[in-house]
Amino acid sequence: MIQVSVQQDPIDPASVIEQVGHEQDGAVLLFVGVVRNHADGRSVTGMRYESFREMAVDVLEAIAGEAALHLGTDRIAVVHRIGELRIGDASVAIAVSSPHRGEAFEAARYVIEEVKKRLPVWKKEHYEDGSDEWVAGAVPPADGLLGGDG
Amino acid sequence: MSLPVHALFFAAYRDLLGASRLELDLPDGATVRDLVEDLRGRGAPFDGLPAEPAVAVNRVYSPLSAPLQHGDEVAFIPPVAGG
Repeated sequence: MIQVSVQQDPIDPASVIEQVGHEQDGAVLLFVGVVRNHADGRSVTGMRYESFREMAVDVLEAIAGEAALHLGTDRIAVVHRIGELRIGDASVAIAVSSPHRGEAFEAARYVIEEVKKRLPVWKKEHYEDGSDEWVAGAVPPADGLLGGDG
Repeated sequence: MSLPVHALFFAAYRDLLGASRLELDLPDGATVRDLVEDLRGRGAPFDGLPAEPAVAVNRVYSPLSAPLQHGDEVAFIPPVAGG
């Protein structure tokens, strides 16, 4: 069962894992993306994430659905956090379970790569000198699908 | 002018315009591209929007050639940076 969330609350990785898993599954995988303290040689002190929340939920469901269709496991949970985050805070967590490890790794990889290409989320980095900037991101394809260039 | 649409702006675009939402009225048959050109034609700060931004119509990514319908919600999507 696919479960997605875009939330202000801190991410609890253990609870994301609990959303997947099945007696037939021999692999449970968790990916956690966290805020790091540097970007392009500058010291980063924190990050503000914003989303077009309603659409982001739709896009997360679509991405997880594609992973399920292609990789044969629908035990996928994705949580993306928005709001003010500090260094080390989890910004995204992806849990997948599947009968064998290969599909779990592939599905988690697919989800995070597609999130970076087309999830309507933006982040503003706060720097040590007090300035901040929107992070230059990826232009999503106009058809919303992998490989589009419109 | 009889095609009301809602335009939404996020992140860098919202900061540029100082607004997160605008109500517009376009001619019948207008496309997303017509909406973009209408806005950019208003001068600063609207001309700071890209000529070919990514957009989502009713929360679905759409090409600039997409025709608009009465009451559509057109979100201007700056380059995304989730994860």
